[in-house]
Amino acid sequence: MRPESEAELAEMIKTADGPLSIRGGATRGVLTEGTPIETGGLSGISLYDPGALTLVVKAGTPLADIETALDAEGQRLPFEPMDHRGLLGTSGAPTIGGIAAGNISGPRRIQAGACRDLMLGVRFVDGQGTVVKNGGRVMKNVTGYDLVKLMAGSWGSLGALTEVSFKVLPTPEATATVILTGLGDEDAVSAMSKALGSPFDVTGAAHISASDPADAKTMIRIEGFEGSVAYRAGELRDLFKAQDVTVETDPTQCAALWSAIRDVEPLQDHSGDVWKVSCKPSDGPELARRLQAEAVMYDWGGGLIWACLPEGTDARNRLGAFGGHATLVRGTAKTPRFHPETAVLATLSQGLRDKFDPRGILNPRVMTG
Amino acid sequence: MDMPNPSASVIGRKARIVERLQSVLPKDSVISDEAETRAYECDALTAYRCPPLAAVLPRTTQEVAEVLRICHQEGVPVVPRGAGTSLAGGSLPTADSIILGVSRMTQVLEADYDNRFVRVQTGRTNLSVTGAVEEEDFFYAPDPSSQLACAIAGNIAMNSGGAHCLKYGVTTNNLLGVTMVQMDGTIVEIGGAHLDPGGLDLLGVICGSEGQLGVVTEATLRILRKPEGARPVLMGFDSNEVAGTCVSDIIKAGILPVAIEFMDRPCIEACEAFAKAGYPMCEALLIVEVEGSEAEIQEQLALILEIAKRHNPVELREAKDADEAGRIWLGRKSAFGAMGQINDYMCLDGTIPVSELPYVLRRIGELSKHYGLGVANVFHAGDGNMHPLILFDANKPGDLELCEAFGADILRLCVEVGGCLTGEHGVGIEKRDLMLDQYAPEDLNAQMCVKDVFDPQWLLNPAKVFPLTSSESRRHAAE
Repeated sequence: MRPESEAELAEMIKTADGPLSIRGGATRGVLTEGTPIETGGLSGISLYDPGALTLVVKAGTPLADIETALDAEGQRLPFEPMDHRGLLGTSGAPTIGGIAAGNISGPRRIQAGACRDLMLGVRFVDGQGTVVKNGGRVMKNVTGYDLVKLMAGSWGSLGALTEVSFKVLPTPEATATVILTGLGDEDAVSAMSKALGSPFDVTGAAHISASDPADAKTMIRIEGFEGSVAYRAGELRDLFKAQDVTVETDPTQCAALWSAIRDVEPLQDHSGDVWKVSCKPSDGPELARRLQAEAVMYDWGGGLIWACLPEGTDARNRLGAFGGHATLVRGTAKTPRFHPETAVLATLSQGLRDKFDPRGILNPRVMTG
Repeated sequence: MDMPNPSASVIGRKARIVERLQSVLPKDSVISDEAETRAYECDALTAYRCPPLAAVLPRTTQEVAEVLRICHQEGVPVVPRGAGTSLAGGSLPTADSIILGVSRMTQVLEADYDNRFVRVQTGRTNLSVTGAVEEEDFFYAPDPSSQLACAIAGNIAMNSGGAHCLKYGVTTNNLLGVTMVQMDGTIVEIGGAHLDPGGLDLLGVICGSEGQLGVVTEATLRILRKPEGARPVLMGFDSNEVAGTCVSDIIKAGILPVAIEFMDRPCIEACEAFAKAGYPMCEALLIVEVEGSEAEIQEQLALILEIAKRHNPVELREAKDADEAGRIWLGRKSAFGAMGQINDYMCLDGTIPVSELPYVLRRIGELSKHYGLGVANVFHAGDGNMHPLILFDANKPGDLELCEAFGADILRLCVEVGGCLTGEHGVGIEKRDLMLDQYAPEDLNAQMCVKDVFDPQWLLNPAKVFPLTSSESRRHAAE
């Protein structure tokens, strides 16, 4: 089914007699069983006010259309959403609704916030076909409960998004990447912590491990006005003068380096399952060791581990107890995709799902199966 | 202000309830004497007062859990309270409620500079979180203007903002995890030092839920390294429209100042009379602050001044040193005090799309004439969060009601132009009955469903946020 309006979608959900599988571009590998509902008919920018840094957009709008519109005004979505197609081998056009429903972010998450941090408002249809709105189009809004955050990352299990509003930001004039070569994982995380704890406003900190440590690369990104970027690149280079350090300032090269991190390119050619682990950055290297991964990279200053494991491996068994969570992003392991919640949290989450979707028809078990 | 009738049954059991609370808390942690409970009869919305049945001041999460378990068993409403600085009546008690104050829970539990977070008990004040990490040159970004007094618990309950959130975001963007006690006494850990949840974003809905979903006792907060420097520039314009356009042009030029503050003529005059900051007398004044190294500051200020000059400013004043910077901020920071010297005032908090600023200010001017009450506007212009201060005389019969009616009209105006009722103060009781101006009944129902899950008996901070008529059936069903 392909609704052409929010009202049509509401009617479809209200009259549904079985599970529904809501999808935008279907690029993120989370499709559930059920009658497909494609959101592509709910497309278009409802409002874009560059002077107020605000964008309101229908959920089925392709990301590419949004990027084109923002680019014309020198602005962007600050949270740098990952493109899953390369890693998962999916095709199709990512939509903004999918990004919001999955709370999909990228390397800039550590500085600009996650997708959910930039989301100002939502409209959605709940499991009974009721249209609900929450938040709005202004940056500061504490009027009632924040269901915007709850919808972000709920993967359509609480409602089908129809419209989302975002805070957008100016695209900076210049960018530079400070590259350290040959660091082991511990040293790399220490270096990234040092950079992130500096006053130089780092917008990306990633490390690609290598079987020969001499090939490992640690990358630190800064963005802003040209003079400012040059100054901060110099300061960071000084900070790491004891290491093998270079600075990349070519915009195309820098963009390529960071889209590779964003889309987990270093792991794309490895076979096996791909897991991501969110943790305290300084725990990263130890957790990566426990994983005994075939390939590893770190984003978010060490707080996001991407690891490639043999097919069917349960990474959570290898990790043991730790502060954070592990998600199976690509693979066949017979284990829940999302990290099982503690009993108390699981009860609260199930309670919310039962309220928003009492019949359990919206992307059933997408987060618990 | 309508409040539900207090439960006679609960009030009748006061002695027993107090005795049970005393059995799990140190002697000095339970306040039940009528003279002493008066200290908790209101928060910073002083127009409404009601002493609670009793107040408790626990020191640990475990003690909070014991208190809530007892109140849950006894069916006693609980009103959580941070520092009592809410301007919205967020911690106004009812006569049958227990005030649960976290003011004795002020410890720093962990400061981790490598991983850039601090874990604190939530009774700690906002400013003293920064105080705990500033020796290492770090700070906690959200900076509500009550930051000297307000507690992190209240910041989380109201999702507080501040002057610098255009760049750093509000509380929810800087909150990594909480320890929370549910109404039945269950202790929950949500989030932690890592980023983003593995499941539903419960932390996101707890932040800003006005103490109605649980009592947050500990919080993991993101801390940031201090910038090398910061400097403001002051600009005066001969109309609100021009100042508004200037703000929008600065943002469109790709500059993201840490703060853009706006003051209109009545506010400038009051501040000048009070603080003598040397402000120019004009229709609208902007204070724009940028951060970074000396060279970066100069680069950004040059761009900002170039844009400002295109709008024929009547005044452009760059701070050459810390002293001058201090003088630029002096008037703005004393705005509320200045207004308080002149009159009683009510501070509103609606947010509007920045582009609607000139229209909204014009309409507020018209409403001011209609109601015969003066109004001064201070405004976080970068994010559209307005703070109209309506002047009234609390001793004059009917003036408070007139002021409230005027305020409600301004807030409806904010909603009408695409904004909202409250940007950072919260709904509390103050804006509770305006919620249906912003949200349809089904929108409120969805929010109340969340409350149903976390607090099925509707005992936590009752009669706030949702219009009483909207929540009536739920509150009665739970009785």
